[in-house]
Order: sequence, then structure tokens, then C-alpha cells
Amino acid sequence: MDDLWYSEYHTENVRFSIRVTRQLHSEKSDYQRIAVYETPEFGRFLTLDGVMMLTERDEFIYHEMITHIPMAVNPDIRRVLVIGAGDGGVLRELAKYDSVEEIDLVEIDRRVIEVCREFLPQTACGFDNPKVRVLIGDGIRHVRRVDNRYDLIIVDSTDPTGPGEVLFTKEFYGSCLHALTEHGIMVNQHESPFYAADAQTMQRTHRRIAQTFPLARVYQAHIPTYPSGHWLFGFASKGLHPLRDFQPALWEALGIRTKYYTPHLHRGAFYLPKYVEDMLADNE
Amino acid sequence: MNRQSEAPLYEALLRLRENRIVPFDVPGHKRGRGSPELTAFLGEACMSVDVNSMKPLDNLCHPTGVIREAEALAAEAFGAAHAFFMVGGTTSSVQAMVLSSVKRGDRIILPRNVHQSVINALVLCGAVPVYVNPRTDRRLGISLGMSVRDVAAAIDAHPDAKAVLVNNPTYYGICSDIRSIVSLAHSRGMRVLADEAHGTHFYFGEHMPVSAMAAGADMASVSMHKSGGSLTQSSLLLCGGGVNPDYVRQIINLTQTTSGSYLLLSSLDLSRRNLALRGPEIFAKVSRFAQYAREEINAIGDYYAYSRELVNGDSIFDFDETKLSVNTLDLGLAGIEVYDLLRDEYDIQIEFGDLGNILAYISVGDKTKNIERLISALGEIRRLYRRERVGMLESEYIAPCVELSPQEAFYAEKTSLPLEECEDRVSCEFVMCYPPGIPIVAPGERVTGQIIRYIRYAREKGCVITGPECMDSSRLNVWKGSRE
Repeated sequence: MDDLWYSEYHTENVRFSIRVTRQLHSEKSDYQRIAVYETPEFGRFLTLDGVMMLTERDEFIYHEMITHIPMAVNPDIRRVLVIGAGDGGVLRELAKYDSVEEIDLVEIDRRVIEVCREFLPQTACGFDNPKVRVLIGDGIRHVRRVDNRYDLIIVDSTDPTGPGEVLFTKEFYGSCLHALTEHGIMVNQHESPFYAADAQTMQRTHRRIAQTFPLARVYQAHIPTYPSGHWLFGFASKGLHPLRDFQPALWEALGIRTKYYTPHLHRGAFYLPKYVEDMLADNE
Repeated sequence: MNRQSEAPLYEALLRLRENRIVPFDVPGHKRGRGSPELTAFLGEACMSVDVNSMKPLDNLCHPTGVIREAEALAAEAFGAAHAFFMVGGTTSSVQAMVLSSVKRGDRIILPRNVHQSVINALVLCGAVPVYVNPRTDRRLGISLGMSVRDVAAAIDAHPDAKAVLVNNPTYYGICSDIRSIVSLAHSRGMRVLADEAHGTHFYFGEHMPVSAMAAGADMASVSMHKSGGSLTQSSLLLCGGGVNPDYVRQIINLTQTTSGSYLLLSSLDLSRRNLALRGPEIFAKVSRFAQYAREEINAIGDYYAYSRELVNGDSIFDFDETKLSVNTLDLGLAGIEVYDLLRDEYDIQIEFGDLGNILAYISVGDKTKNIERLISALGEIRRLYRRERVGMLESEYIAPCVELSPQEAFYAEKTSLPLEECEDRVSCEFVMCYPPGIPIVAPGERVTGQIIRYIRYAREKGCVITGPECMDSSRLNVWKGSRE
């Protein structure tokens, strides 16, 4: 086998490399560069603008944690809006809930969905769910036109450079708040606390959400292929508390099969390292 | 080959860079090597062309080589007989235009909602303004264009006037009937000067209001750095066939630097080329952005993003659709308050906010996602900050009462008084909100109670008040003498 490696700069001075068997796809869409690679260790993986979005090997962690945490706090969620998530992973997890009636997915780049359908069926199977309505367009444009409609908004964004930038703004969070119902929850990809540049985004994001939502908490997961491996998610709501309103018994009764998420882990995920707590406290 | 695809000044700078001439002339940073921090900040490419005039690069004060060629190409692109590259902002273009056309004691007919640079020019040369009241839109609280009838009346009342000045368009995008004004003025031997600080795109876009040169005006000041894409402070002065360009050059040289920046000059050359080659598509995109934003903003409610529907064939003869002007009064917020909220709460910087409106500058550099951010932020501001519409000042046109020429007033014996005590006195200085930089009171005008209330209200709302010697505008210099 050729000695081919895919490298991603996690900082100017840190590189993360994966041996690659071959490149399955590469294109420049209207919005970004999209590529899919095959690897011996991580299966296939997707990159957008040279940043790894998901690998077949560890995507379950991200998708379970961004979906089951809010679903276990409010098992009565019926209408869900998913922003970004063109790979379909979040949809696959949502499909496990019979109680969910409607899922709107807004993805700006049609090509991401098409490429994932072709090369990443492991997550793209989520699009086969008949409850899913796919809308191609700007997330912020969709959400600001909606009023009191969704019980849950999942913001599965890229990093705040490139097309995902808008999904980290105060006007976007404000529009989400307005689009949520009385018991609404917003969960978002919240970057990492470890490397300085990521940590800055993480803090700014938390500040904006905390200024907008009555309740804003942060939880964590361990994702091997993301910078530093330590990744955060935001949990914001109009009142529901991720631990005090947590419904483990109801959730267990659903009999949903997971690989990463458990009710125990749910509680643990909200107990953050001291330095992360401090960073967040400075921005509340 | 299309001559407009050449850029002689830019090409001369490239040659200079390649030839590696040894510099024993100014600037002393010597292609950046003497200022390492500045070079790290601005980049070597930039510093290497920050050079002085020399034989292969021509001389802005007396152009005979590449600057002359570049100016000729610009004149051709703009449909002018002659074009001057200007490096002191459009302020310098406007002043050169006025100073070339009127001198001490001459009269010049102009709308009162001119930019301060016009009246500054009158302070310099001693000409006397004859104001035409621009019509106002009471709902929007903005000054409009000049009605042709009002211009005709001013010409009849002052047949000795030497020139008529027209905003084409105003900051808000409103155009007067400049073609009719030109034929009227020319029939009485008067020049027409156009302030086109906000109208560069009229020369290149399709379905735009008519440009001053196409309308037959004699001179026009064009802010290439606004919609044209050149560097801040670069500008163009255009002349029609009836103007002696050599006299204009002498006037320009009275106040222009002898060290014109080649960064600014080359930016004029390259952006002229860009506009000449790609203008229609560039401005079609800008118009699309602005039109989309207008529709979305109007759908939010309480905001009014206005456009061509205002056109009335006279004081709003035409409207520049690339301008995104939005009235905020139904929101219960002053434009300046929305302007501040956008910056402080949403990290969005717009062009200006006045008492009743905001203006977001849309250009070829914009991206859809940023337009979406602006629209969404306006939606959020309405949700979070909207209030009853009470205590909003109805900004009306304040007809000026001119007692002295701007020059007489500026140099007159004066005394400094608290603003509140200035009622009925003649001001010796300007007061304006910046932006837009249109004087609330100009030197030589009588200060009224209405003006004092307006200044206090604008200050309370957070407008930046500029002009008076007293930096916080709590005091005003007024004329010691009186007409009696």
C-alpha cells in the first residue's frame, strides 16, 4: 500500500494524520470543497474545506450526544428542526423516536447531501425517514421566518469559518429562541475548549447563547478525530433543565439502542473540567 | 483589444517593482525595509509600491505620462472630456469643482442638503450660496431632491449666478431631474456641478439613474472608493467639454499634495478597469442583493426599506436601487439607535443612522450570508427593542436664514456662547451629524430655537455631532456684530 496520509492542522503547530487508502470523491461545490476518503482505521470520512466532519468509526459519538441528550430531557418532542447535518447522522438517531412527528432539515449545500448519499450510507440512511422534509437554503433565513413551531432545534454546524459562520451569531440564536415552543430546546455543536482558537469561539458562542436563552448549559463528549478529542455541545432552553428535568426512566422505557449514550453518561456529560467551567463562568 | 483592459499606472508600478531600482529618494522606508513592523502589518507587496513620483511613474501635479494615460482611460470610461485622479477624498474633488466655477462674491445655486465639503469650499473662495429648499418626505424625515420648478425660480431670482450644484444622488439614493436642470442652467449660461459621491455605479450599471456626464453636466465629483472599489480617499473629478481642464488643474494644485500616494492612484486605475470591463454584472448583483434585502426587511414589519415606489417625477425624479435605506420610526427607535444596536449587540457595522433612518451599504464585496445576518439582526432588534412611537422628533426641513456668506461668517469677529443662548444669533461655524455630514447649521446662518432643539435631540440619541470648535458642541461661535 502507498504511504498516503491525510493531515488536518488542528493548530498551526499540531497536525492530526490518518493513513488513507484512496480518495473516493473530491469537488468544489458552490459553497465549499467536499471530499470523501477511505482509511484502514476509521472507515470512510468526509471533509468540508479540508476539515474532517465525520468518520464512519467515531460518528456515533457525536450524533448520539447531539440527539439523545435533549430527547431524554423532553421525551414529548414532536417537531424538530435540524440545521446543517447534510450527512444524515442526526436524522438516523431521530428516527429511533416514534413520538417525533416532523423533522425539517435545512442544509445550505445540496451537494453535501448528494455526496453523503453516494458515499456514506451509514449516516445518509437517515434521509430515508418519511418524516424528514429536506429544505435547501440558509439556516438563518428559514429560522427567522418561523414562530413558536419547533420543540427542538439541533444546530449541527461546521466551524464558524465558511458557510457555518452565520450559525454562531446572536441574531441566529435569537431567531431560534423565537422559533421554539414554550418547552423548546436548542442543542448546538459548541467547538472545543482546548486549543486557544477553538476555545475563543467556544466562549464567544456561550456568551451569545447565554445572553439570548433563559437557560444555557454546556456538555461534553470524547470524539477521537476532532481537535484535542474533547468536544462540547450547548444545551439551551426556555426553562427545561438538562439534569433537573431529565427523564431517565421514560427514556429507558423507549428501549432505544445506543453505542455511546446512556442515562448515566447523560449526567456525567454535564460535569465539566475546572478550566472549562471557569471559561464558561467568565462569559455568563 | 479593448483599450479599457489596460491599466497604465498599475503596469508602470509592476515594471518598477521588477526592475529593482535602487531607491535614494523618499519615502524613507525604502520599499518597507526601514519600517519592519509596518511592512509586517501591511505586507511587502503594498510597501514596495508606496513610492514617490519619478520619470517612469509621472507626476500627479503635472501629468504627461502614465498618469495622463490612466486619466484619459478613466475619462473615456466615464464618458467625460477629462478626468482627474484625486487623492484628497471626494472632498477635494468637490472643492476643486466649486473653486473652478465660482469666486468671491459669485452666487451658486445649491440644495441645502449638500455635503459639508461644498460649503467648506464657499468658505475658502467667498462665493455666496443661494439655497433651493429640497423637498422633504415627512414620513421618512429625509430631504429629497430639488424640484425643477424651484431651481427655475432660483435662477430667475439670481440670473447672475454662475453655477448650479446637484446631488446625484443624495446619500439616501434620491435623484433630482438633472437633465432638465442642465438644460435650464445652460440656457442661462450657468454651469452644472454634480456631487456624485454616491453615484459611481450610475456610469456602469444597467437600469441606473442617469449619470451627470450623460446628462450633460459640466463637472462631477465621483467617489470611486464608495461603490467603485478603490482605496479610501481616492476619488475622481470629471469635466465635460465646456470646461478648461488646464485651469482646473491649477485650481487642484492650490491645495493638493505634491506627494500623491501611488497606492491610491493605482487603486483608481485598477478599479476603473474592473468597472469598465465588468460593471454591468457587478452592479446587477448589488441591485439583486439590495432588492432581496428590501423585500425581506419589509416583511419583518415596522421597518420601511424604500425604493422606486417613492419616485414622483420631480423631487424624487429617480431612485438608486443599490441603496439600502431603511426607515425605523414605526419601530419607536431612531435610526441612530438601530445603528448602535447593530454594532454593539450584533457586530454589524452599517454606513450610518440618522434620526429616522439607517443606511446599509451594499456592494460587490457582500456575501449572501452577511445579508441574511443583517436581515435577521433587524428582526431581532424589532422583537427585543421595539417601543411605542412617542417623543420621536419629526425631523422637518429647517429653511436656512442666510445672513452672511460662509466666508464672511467664518472669519468674522465672533464670540463663544452656550448652545442654549445662541437663538437668533448668526453662527460662524458648522454643526452637523456625521455621517451623513450634511450641515444642520452652516456659517452665516441664523440659529433658531428649532435648530437648537434638533441638535440637543440628535446628541441625546447618540449622533456624533461635528463642526464646532467646541468638541462636545455644548457651545457655538456666533457673530459679534449685527446687520443693523
